[in-house]
Formats: sequence, C-alpha cells, structure tokens
Amino acid sequence: MKRRNFLKACLIGGTTIALGKTNKGWASGSFEGYPEAMGVLVDTTRCIGCRSCEAACNKEQKLPEPDTSFDDPSVFEHERRPTSKAYTVVNRYQKEQPSGPVYRKVQCNHCNEPACLTSCFVNAYTKTQEGAVIYNSKVCVGCRNCMIACPFNVPGYDYDSATNPIVKKCILCYDTRLKYGKPPACVEICPQEALTFGHRADLIKLAHERIRATPERYVDHVYGEKEVGGTSWLYLAPVGFDKLGFDTTLSNDPIISNVKDFLGMVPMVLSIWPALFSGIHLLCKHEEQDGHGHDTDSNQEDTKP
Amino acid sequence: MSSYKHLIVAALSIGAISVSSPAALQCAPVPDSITLNPNGKLFSPFTFNHAKHIQSIKECADCHHHTTGTLVLDPNCARCHQNSSPTAVVSCKGCHSATPFSPETLAAKRADKQRYHLDKMGLKGAMHQNCIGCHTKVGNGPTGCQDCHPRTQQGAAFYSTNRKGAKPAHAEEE
Repeated sequence: MKRRNFLKACLIGGTTIALGKTNKGWASGSFEGYPEAMGVLVDTTRCIGCRSCEAACNKEQKLPEPDTSFDDPSVFEHERRPTSKAYTVVNRYQKEQPSGPVYRKVQCNHCNEPACLTSCFVNAYTKTQEGAVIYNSKVCVGCRNCMIACPFNVPGYDYDSATNPIVKKCILCYDTRLKYGKPPACVEICPQEALTFGHRADLIKLAHERIRATPERYVDHVYGEKEVGGTSWLYLAPVGFDKLGFDTTLSNDPIISNVKDFLGMVPMVLSIWPALFSGIHLLCKHEEQDGHGHDTDSNQEDTKP
Repeated sequence: MSSYKHLIVAALSIGAISVSSPAALQCAPVPDSITLNPNGKLFSPFTFNHAKHIQSIKECADCHHHTTGTLVLDPNCARCHQNSSPTAVVSCKGCHSATPFSPETLAAKRADKQRYHLDKMGLKGAMHQNCIGCHTKVGNGPTGCQDCHPRTQQGAAFYSTNRKGAKPAHAEEE
C-alpha cells in the first residue's frame, strides 16, 4: 500500500467514525426525565422559615442530633449548605426588604440528568423511575467527584468516618416513602404547604398556573424546569432567583453536554490511533528493509568522519 | 417508624366543625370555640376562639370562602361562584383533604380530567395559611408556631429543643 493511500483511508475512516459518534452523543442530551417521575414544587412565597422540614428530615433519615435545636433562628445569620448531617437546610434572604424575608429550602434537586451520576466511575448513583437520585454507599470509593460535578453544591462528605468514607445527600426519602408513592417527610410536615408533592409534569403546569393567576406574587420563571436539563425539585420565587442564592448562570443543557463531545472522541482515539501508528511503524520498517531509507543512509554518510 | 408516621398523620387531622345540610345551616349554632389539632402529637391541641374572631372580623367569607357568609368578591372566583349558594359543608376539612399528597389523592386527581381546582390546598396548609396569613396582614395576632399550640414532650424531642445553647450549626461548615 502506498503511503498516500494509507493516509487517505485513515482520514476517511476517522471522519466517518467521528461523525457517527458525535450524532449519538447529541441524541443522548435530549432526555427529559422519566414520564412518571415525581417531584416537589417549592413556593418560597409560602415558606415562613419554621425549619420543620429540617427536623423531619433529621428524624426520617436517622441523622445525628443537630448542633442547635431546629427552632433556633440564629442559623439564618449565615448561608448554609447541605452536609452529611443535614440533607436539607433553610436559608434566609432579602431580610432588609420591607416585604419581609424570603426563605429558601436547599436540598438535592434530583436532576433529570444528574452530573453526580455522570461523574461517578463506580456507578454509585442511580436515577430511579420515581425521579429520585439515590446513592449506593457500598460501591462508593469516596473520590468525591460528585461533589465537584454537582452544579448545586449539594452532596456532603462524611469526613468523620475514616473507615467508611461515604457521600451523603437527600434521596427524596426513596427507601421509606417515595418507593411507596408517599411524599417525602419534609413535604408532609410543612405547615404552610410551601412544598407541593406530585408528578413533575403536573407540578410544572401547577407552577405556571400559580404565576398566571397571581402575577404580582411571582417572577415569571420556574427554577428547575429547564436548568441543567430539568430537576425534580422546582421553585417559585417572589423576587429574582439570583437574589435568593440560586445560580442563574446555569445552562439549560445537562452538565454532561459540556463533556460529551470530548468523550465522543475517546472511542475514536482508541480505535484509530493504534491502527494509524502501527501502519506508520510498518511503513517505516518496510522502507528500511527495501533499502529506500535514504534519510538513514544520508545520515550515516553525514556522520562519517 | 410506624409510630412516627402515626404522629404525622395525627398532627394532620385537625378537628373542625361540620354542618351536615343547608337546612341545618340556618339553625345550626355557630360555635363559640373550636378545638383544633385535637389529636396532635407534636403540638398540643388548642382552643380557637371563634366568637372573638367573629367580633373582630365580622365577615364569615374572609375565612369560609364561598361556603358561608357573603358571596365571593374575588373576580377570579366570581367567574364561577358568583351565583353559588352556600355549600352544605362549612368546615375546612369538608373541602381540604387531610392527606393532600397521598398516593390515593394524587391518583384521583390524575384520573379526574374535568377537575378545575387542581391546586387546592391540604387541610393543614389551608388553616395555617389562613391564620398566619391574616395575622401577618393585619399585624395583630400570633404568628409563631408555639404562640397557638405549645409543643408536647414528643414535639420537643422532635425539634431537639434541648440542644439550645450548643455551638451554632453554621460554625462547623466554615
């Protein structure tokens, strides 16, 4: 085979494979969640910051005693994030506003296409048909890739345990409640019904209906409907979401879209490069044997004294 | 586990008056006081002073929307309820479900394609929003949880009340 033909064949073959892979990659980004997935709509205009949801989560998930009681308002002085001991926290925003403070509950948002799941190389995470993103501590190696991958800064790491390092986060009460169609503990205890449990598709309609019926009460946006490909937890707010600690710079594409084009190249590299380089290697060898290695000859001549 | 579920359900079942028929409505005595949250496990039952609220509000429909008192004034509700007669049931629990998110309630909601009030609140949410909402609006009346119903011993354990004075929760994360 001539060198030119060989390179031509490589180029054509490589392009074909690359195009095929990329098309497949694009198709995988259009997943809009399981049709029967459940979710929770958080109406921040209803929340009064009673922290009952935190207490209910603590008892339901058998988490350790909190540092202060669940009716201690001093925790609102600092913005908190979920930890391995508290799968959900309530933060206070806009407290200087005359309209009164706005409280926001934070927990795992249960993405349709979770970045934690994508980033996990031992498949410790599962997105269930019910919408929950659950976690298998038995296979987790404690690499904490999921903590870096999560766009909402949610998974908490159990730094106290040296022997069994595991990542902890809200699992939508999957084992004890969601599996049986029941709402999570935080939803059930909320006195203000700031949390509404139901099918995700229905909740999106409900959220837009609330905005339509009382437009003066809400900004016209349902956070989580489209962010990072959609999440099972949806939020309504009276002011811009950026004022309530939400990341409003997130794309509507799932996090995996940022890397899937690159990942699509990996099989191409693996399949073509060995053939390409062994071809080049053989070509060189062949030329050496035929005595056409004039470069080598000339080099040898040059080095002669 | 089951005892915890039980107490949540019990906390949800808030008692209220119920009047069985429109005929009875006219002669039914308006209660002076109503015991709310009668089987509460986390929060004790409390006596709602109905008579006092009638005196200060005077308008039944402010709380009992379209079930008794003057007809609805909200233009959105009036589209359908303008000419509605008072309903047979006046109590909150007559319309607002104590288990709004149970699998049965959700399934019934999905099956009924004709249903308009898809976003109807549950009993606990409706009562708390009615009470706390009005108390906040008029700037008069209790708005804290224990202002109305003090916690029981079980409630104190649930909210880890004894952990007061420990180091603040946020100190750890920094």
